[in-house]
Amino acid sequence: MQCLHCDLSEQGHRVRLGEGEGEKQMAICTGCSLLCEDIVASFENGSLKHAKNLCRRGHGHFQAALTERTRPLIDGEQVAVDKAIERAAEILKSAKRPLLYGWSHCTQQAQFAGMALAEKLGTTAEVTLDGASSFCEGILMERILAGKISTCTLDDVRNYADTSIFWGSDPSSSHPRHLSRFSYYPRGEKRQRSYEEERTCIAVDVRRSPTAQLCSNYYFRLQSGGDAQFMEAVLAVLDGKIPKVADKKKMIELATILKKTEWGAIFPGPGLIYSLQDKMDLFEQLLARLNEITSFKVVPMLADCNARGFNELLFEKTGHAGSVSIQGGSAAYSAEHSVLAAAKKCDAVLAVGSDPLADLPIGTARALARQPIIAIDPRRSLTTDAAKVVIPSALTGLEAGGTAVRMDGVKINFEPIMKSELLTDEQILVRIMEAI
Amino acid sequence: MVSAMEIYMLLPKTNCKKCGLPTCMAFAVGLLGRQKKVDECTPLIEEKKYEAKLKKLREVMAPLENASETGLIIHPEKCFGCGNCVVACPVNVAAEPTRTAVGLGPEGDKVILRVEDGVVVANNLKECRRFGPGGTQCNACTATCPSKAIEFV
Repeated sequence: MQCLHCDLSEQGHRVRLGEGEGEKQMAICTGCSLLCEDIVASFENGSLKHAKNLCRRGHGHFQAALTERTRPLIDGEQVAVDKAIERAAEILKSAKRPLLYGWSHCTQQAQFAGMALAEKLGTTAEVTLDGASSFCEGILMERILAGKISTCTLDDVRNYADTSIFWGSDPSSSHPRHLSRFSYYPRGEKRQRSYEEERTCIAVDVRRSPTAQLCSNYYFRLQSGGDAQFMEAVLAVLDGKIPKVADKKKMIELATILKKTEWGAIFPGPGLIYSLQDKMDLFEQLLARLNEITSFKVVPMLADCNARGFNELLFEKTGHAGSVSIQGGSAAYSAEHSVLAAAKKCDAVLAVGSDPLADLPIGTARALARQPIIAIDPRRSLTTDAAKVVIPSALTGLEAGGTAVRMDGVKINFEPIMKSELLTDEQILVRIMEAI
Repeated sequence: MVSAMEIYMLLPKTNCKKCGLPTCMAFAVGLLGRQKKVDECTPLIEEKKYEAKLKKLREVMAPLENASETGLIIHPEKCFGCGNCVVACPVNVAAEPTRTAVGLGPEGDKVILRVEDGVVVANNLKECRRFGPGGTQCNACTATCPSKAIEFV
């Protein structure tokens, strides 16, 4: 099928872009993992002048993107980029247990370069490679990539889905255009009457989120950590047993909707994953039971623009979606190799396209801050403030082109829409590797 | 949004008919529908005992002055820019069946609602199903708003 806004190729979508400052240009939004491609933006004097079709979150991302840019620094002193790269290479070369963290805001090309760097460092040291999603959606992503949980693209959801379940996620806040582009409101190939008659959306959450407001009668409120119990109740009611919940009538109504569904999609968010912890098998069990009755697919609500790209790359190379350690050419995987454990034993940190000191728990962030940090980031952050070496990079999506993987696995290719002298993440990583 | 009953409670409730309507309740409905103006209630303006009520009435009626011809009020500070209203609006769907109807942002100028600079804006209100005396009570845009950023008078 020909994509409506780009030249769809086998490799994925490729967006056509305009040229020149002040002109209206087609742009990709890298504000979240939906990677909206229908953005029309114009820039003037290095800042966003006008934007069409950008949600509030994306607009904030575009507005902030060109502010508070980083400069090449070593120990807080401004230096030439080459010097900073050289120093970064020295730190990594001398490290025995370096931690390479982040990657979810980089292009796939930069992630490939990062993987090559990890493999190179891994010949002489124990390298931990991890991303922000490893203890959140990464757990689910690994099961999806391994084929244990069936998935689909968001285009399939738009064309065929008649039931969308938002479980522990609130796309209205986290991915504002999710419902309007794919999961509830648009007309699809087999869903021409869409939300008015053919689609049902269900929210399962601990609070009445903006998404739950839209689901009105089909909002199921859980106690914090009550997801496993709710799943058991759904399994019971699907088997015709009386569920052990307060509102039995509503559960029976839910079972009726699930059984009548022709093509369903579940969008699990961090709420579900954090709540289930080690009981992820129960979720698989529920999906297997639902798929006996009808067809249900899962698309995890990944947050960062290319988090899935990193999960896919790591899974392809090592068989795991996160928390991987590479030593002597072989990869090891366990909770011991996650960023939480590695922070306490690493002796150098390379943070690319992320802000670990702001994102990670305080104990881990403190442990990381004690180590020499090399931050490759286009914008100032807590990590760049604490870093020993700062290397400025081009903004993904605006100044740097490449490929990113949408939350459903569709590859989106894009070209830079602004001219920049800055090196891209990929170029910086390649130069560090060369220097090593 | 203020209701007709709340407006009625701030009127003299004497059914004096000076405004041309048979009852104060009818006048309250007229105010809400913007066919009538507060100043048309002469006792409320002239008699001192209604001074506090008049002040309060003007306060509650102030947001309605920003309403469009169809009674649409947009609160940009509450808007997520999600575009649910853009995709749900039946006029938008008919105007761009290959874009807005399938979830993409509109390209042309025929649509009523569009997202610009992160918030929803309204144009072409004459095309809205609510426009004019013969308009229907369509609420596709307000019912699909997750943050109550758009509402009708």
